[in-house]
Amino acid sequence: MTDQEDVPKSAQQDEVNKLHLEELQAARDPFQGIDFAELEHSIYRPRTFFSVLLSLVVTLMTLAALVPLFAVLIMLIWKGGQKLSLALFTQLPPAPLEQGGGFGNAIVGTLIMVGLATAISIPLGVLTGVYLAQARADSKLASMVRFSAKVLTGFPSILAGVFAYGAIVLATGGYSAIAGAIALSILMLPTIILTSESAIAMVPAKMKEASIGLGATGTQTAWMVLLPTAMPGILTGVMLAVARAAGETAPLLFTALFSNYWLNSGGNVNLMQPTASLAVLIYNFSGMPFKNQVELAWAAALILVVLVLITNLIGQSFSRQQVQQ
Amino acid sequence: MQGPDGIDGLSAGKIWQPPSKTQKFVDRTFRRLCIIFAAFTVVLIALLVVEIGLKAIPAFSEYGLRFLVGTTWDQNKHVYGILPEIWGTLYTSLLALFFGTLFGVAAAIFLSEGYMSEAIFRILKVFGVQFHPFWGKLPERCELLLKNLIELLAAVPSVVYGLWGLFVVIPLIRPACNWLHDQFGGFPLFSTDLSGPGILPAVFVLAIMILPTITAIARDALVSVPPKLRMAAYGLGATRWETILGVLLPTASRGIFGGIVLAFGRALGETMALAMLVGNANRLTVSLFSPANTLAALLANTFPEASVREIPVLMYAALVLLAITLVVNMFGALVLERAAAKAEAK
Repeated sequence: MTDQEDVPKSAQQDEVNKLHLEELQAARDPFQGIDFAELEHSIYRPRTFFSVLLSLVVTLMTLAALVPLFAVLIMLIWKGGQKLSLALFTQLPPAPLEQGGGFGNAIVGTLIMVGLATAISIPLGVLTGVYLAQARADSKLASMVRFSAKVLTGFPSILAGVFAYGAIVLATGGYSAIAGAIALSILMLPTIILTSESAIAMVPAKMKEASIGLGATGTQTAWMVLLPTAMPGILTGVMLAVARAAGETAPLLFTALFSNYWLNSGGNVNLMQPTASLAVLIYNFSGMPFKNQVELAWAAALILVVLVLITNLIGQSFSRQQVQQ
Repeated sequence: MQGPDGIDGLSAGKIWQPPSKTQKFVDRTFRRLCIIFAAFTVVLIALLVVEIGLKAIPAFSEYGLRFLVGTTWDQNKHVYGILPEIWGTLYTSLLALFFGTLFGVAAAIFLSEGYMSEAIFRILKVFGVQFHPFWGKLPERCELLLKNLIELLAAVPSVVYGLWGLFVVIPLIRPACNWLHDQFGGFPLFSTDLSGPGILPAVFVLAIMILPTITAIARDALVSVPPKLRMAAYGLGATRWETILGVLLPTASRGIFGGIVLAFGRALGETMALAMLVGNANRLTVSLFSPANTLAALLANTFPEASVREIPVLMYAALVLLAITLVVNMFGALVLERAAAKAEAK
């Protein structure tokens, strides 16, 4: 339309040329025949309305997904908080119809079994992580190990218990804290492997190359450069694994079983006997028809969740350290 | 610790030395140890399968494949069948997967599309502090907080969810469920009333437990969609949801699918919440309010008091559960690996 300057004003233009030009002008104006009003952003247009509506739906669904978390936490604080007292930590579980009591032995049992499981799975997991991070990209063993670890992350916890029952309880002739710890370590292992691997792989290549260039052996590089640098990431993985193991019930049900007594008898701690844990206590007491036991289950759940969440938050703070590096 | 002397005259007070024999020995030992530990992970899976398989052999030879289609479980007559448990496991997992996916993917879209940041940015803009160094970081922080909160859903132990479901959810939904049964009792899904533990509360809790897995993986998949695709869609004039439905979700579909499969594997193996909420009844049913049983719950409830006769039978049931979950998990891991490889190739 305003392209008249571009048109050569030669007087001898023939009809054909003129027609051609009109066509050309039409082609140059890409907005010809478009109703601009229709393109304006407006909520009344179906496609915009649809978009806004779906955004709203997604927001509401996300908030709805968080409701259970807060509902659980509020119920725990309300129902478990009422029962909270020092006696919970120092006394033994009550017999049916008995009032009061606590679950000091279950707290100790959980700590001991999770501690043992951590002691088993840290060396296995971290060294496997070192191997995976250092292995060549085309290594068959490395990809098999990685795949196994990924498959193990989804391994049903009850089957770890079944395995430990078959391999340890039947072999040693009795339920024990050791069997429980081994079942838990199977569940902790894949988390530690995969997080250690990714933490070590994130160590800058130049640090590793500098170490090797200075003449350090592979082992020295791993211990003095890779592991210290990757430590925050590894600790995150360990903490997440510990948090998961502390809350696991299924693998302990028929490996550590439960016990109404302390682990130490006559001064020495015996790990080869049935051992109480918070998680199994919650499960056992929640099914009992006694008010006192159900209240104790709520209090135990509160303490267990606080333990698990604190461990989780510590792990997350480690991962923040790594990001800052 | 003596290195070779006299090469460049620095023999006294050397600053270099080749690795000593001890160092070489430690290095070799450590490498081998790493490889042995790594190989142990692979061996562990084989060990798990073999251990459970061997213990199941007596039951397998006695009951054979009839075990898989039998519907009775009678300790006194020694008649065992786990069809109701297999059905219960698949039924509850699939239902939970449906709701978990719906809400999980919605949360992943919410988290990856910057809705939260946008909302907070707009609020800050009202006060004119949206670029202030202190408040300007608020949108990112809130989004991170939300992501962590959703991850915390997975951190709550399943036995605590079971306790909550037993004493809070069941009493809460019972009137609504019984009303549905009274009104639409002819409909197979509502054909019984909810008298206590049942499929619906179990599915509800199970869906909450698998949601974080789906959200985390789906969010990763959505975030790793190349930005140019998103920009191209917006540039062509697509609305936000035309972009999400037409470009982002199809591009991320492999990753999301892998996450859903892994969540399915988790739902199949989940034990405690189901052992407490599903009712532990050997019943083959489609009713949402009827008690039922799952393989994992059967193991949890029966194993501690099992007789010597019963243990091989339970090992057989464990083997079935192991086979189902291993297949699902391997499939999920493969899908995710392929999706990652494809994303890298782009």
